[in-house]
Amino acid sequence: MSVSTHEAAKPNRGFRIDLKTAGPLLALILLVILGYSLNPAFLNEGNVTNILTRSAFIGIIAVGATFVITAGGIDLSVGSMAAFIAGVMIIVMNWTVGSMGASIWTVLIGIGCSLILGIGAGFINGFLTTKAKIEAFIVTLGTMGIYRSLVTYFADGGTLSLASGARDIYRPVYYDSLLRIPYPVWVFIFVAIIGWVLMNRTAFGRYCMAIGSNEHVARYSAIKVDRVRTATFVLQGLCVSLATIIYVPRLGSASAATGVLWELEAIAAVIIGGTMLKGGFGRVGGTVIGALILTAIGNILNLTEIISNYLNGAVQGVIIVAAVYLQRGSLRAGRKKAD
Amino acid sequence: MSLKAIALGLLATSALAGSAVAQDQIKIGVSIPAATHGFMGGLNWHAAEAEKRLEAANPNIDIIIVTADGPADQASDLEDLVSVHQIQALVVLPFESEPLTEPVRAVADTGAFITVVDRGLTDPSIQDVYVSGNNTEMGEVSAEYMMTRLGEGDNIVILRGIPTVLDTERFDAFMAKIEGSGINVLDNKFANWNRDDGFEVMQDFLSRFPDIDGVWAQDDDITLGVVEAIKQAGRESEMFVVGGAGMKEIVKGVMDGDPLVPVDVLYPPAQIATAMDVTVNHFISNGPVTGSYILGSPLITQENAEQFYFPDSPF
Repeated sequence: MSVSTHEAAKPNRGFRIDLKTAGPLLALILLVILGYSLNPAFLNEGNVTNILTRSAFIGIIAVGATFVITAGGIDLSVGSMAAFIAGVMIIVMNWTVGSMGASIWTVLIGIGCSLILGIGAGFINGFLTTKAKIEAFIVTLGTMGIYRSLVTYFADGGTLSLASGARDIYRPVYYDSLLRIPYPVWVFIFVAIIGWVLMNRTAFGRYCMAIGSNEHVARYSAIKVDRVRTATFVLQGLCVSLATIIYVPRLGSASAATGVLWELEAIAAVIIGGTMLKGGFGRVGGTVIGALILTAIGNILNLTEIISNYLNGAVQGVIIVAAVYLQRGSLRAGRKKAD
Repeated sequence: MSLKAIALGLLATSALAGSAVAQDQIKIGVSIPAATHGFMGGLNWHAAEAEKRLEAANPNIDIIIVTADGPADQASDLEDLVSVHQIQALVVLPFESEPLTEPVRAVADTGAFITVVDRGLTDPSIQDVYVSGNNTEMGEVSAEYMMTRLGEGDNIVILRGIPTVLDTERFDAFMAKIEGSGINVLDNKFANWNRDDGFEVMQDFLSRFPDIDGVWAQDDDITLGVVEAIKQAGRESEMFVVGGAGMKEIVKGVMDGDPLVPVDVLYPPAQIATAMDVTVNHFISNGPVTGSYILGSPLITQENAEQFYFPDSPF
């Protein structure tokens, strides 16, 4: 992924950013080699497909998070939002099955419901952040609690399960594939490409970076800061909605345990990918790699018995920090060369 | 809930003014974790059902259920039960043993009758009654069933819960039981009592091990994820899964003779109801009720599944 020429005012800028991309990519390659050497099953077609399909959830959400974070915001509500949307989708679809039987329409109504909820929830986060002038951290901390409670309430503390008729129709959305690539991975690819174009080839992407690096300057440059910020949250909501649409057919259920800590995983994927947590600089391609790294770590730990189960969290932590360090390291090397 | 409590409180006060019988009004506080996952959802439901049943049968008993999101929250709940409701008895399922021991002792110091459920306190002398499922037996019963189906040279994988004492008790008991049976444990991993993790861990086990004959999933939420992963790989005919707890979907499957999940091992979310019954008995029975009540972990099979099936429970 190279930077566009019209953006690169200085000739060496493109080179430096390429090196920045190399950090997370290098980490991913090292991880793949490690995985393969620990267990050759790591590169089986089935296992690779599993990793890609699993990354799709966090990956799609993280693409949205890249925009929010680039514009200087943060969204902690995505995991709860996904659980909430999944819960409501299931309730609505079950209700549809109850009144008019299971058909393809049931699933389409569920999907429509998800899109409306995702965009709506994103808009609420954005509106409260920009118009009510509450910190994004606080707004989304609040909505995180609200959505989590609501899904628990709807499920009566247990689990919401999709009616079996609708389940059979919806199931292929997760389990079937096109050209040997599962549908969730196609959605992930699609979202990543749109995200990359939006970030690197449109005014919207440039506005996000401008707002994230200096809100006041952006405001004086006649950028409609509030509108762009709100749009990033709406985009995030849309991404959560898409992720939920492919998540629900996997297990056909939602409970209070759905999507726990997804917000942290999404943020981690974004940061591993080279986007700055304080805003101003976003890399969608890096985010995709970040999501793959996170999923691969979990997968590798399951494929080996060398490491004590109790240390899984520690291993993940070390690899995450190392990935970010590699990226900073190559950034520094790039700067030296540029000088 | 609070409205109802106030209404009952008012009723009690007016009754107190009217007759001497009302002096017998007994308040029992029930403090449990909030319904944040399947098992606790079931436990909450059974607590609410027991409240309805016990209050209907005993007009002088008033039960107040409070749910907490964490140990600190639960400690505050206990203070409120004493100061606001002035309870005469407490039924408590402590979030964590260590941090809740002193708060429960404070309640006991007011003279209240204490029933502890499931997770014990670090000082058992505080409690009058202890009611619990049996983690050791759960592990053993699961292992015994495995041994009826499998033998020398057969392979199993284990999906564990969250690293806690509870999980370790189950796991150690299971491993001790199958030792010497020749059954091969390929590996064990934590699936966090969560169906998404169960799905992913099982997917990885399936790509790693070409020959699996049995799966001990230890928990029914994990079981649901495991079953989906096995179906995705198209390997339903090669293995069977033993879960645990008594989730209604799983019990229904056992009842209907699902070959993939032929049995379940009970770890009853209804134990809270047992604890509430025993506590009420302390006030209405003419026999002693103090001591420990350790509930069995029977094997749920197609024959007996019906008695463990609660279709209205969320779990």
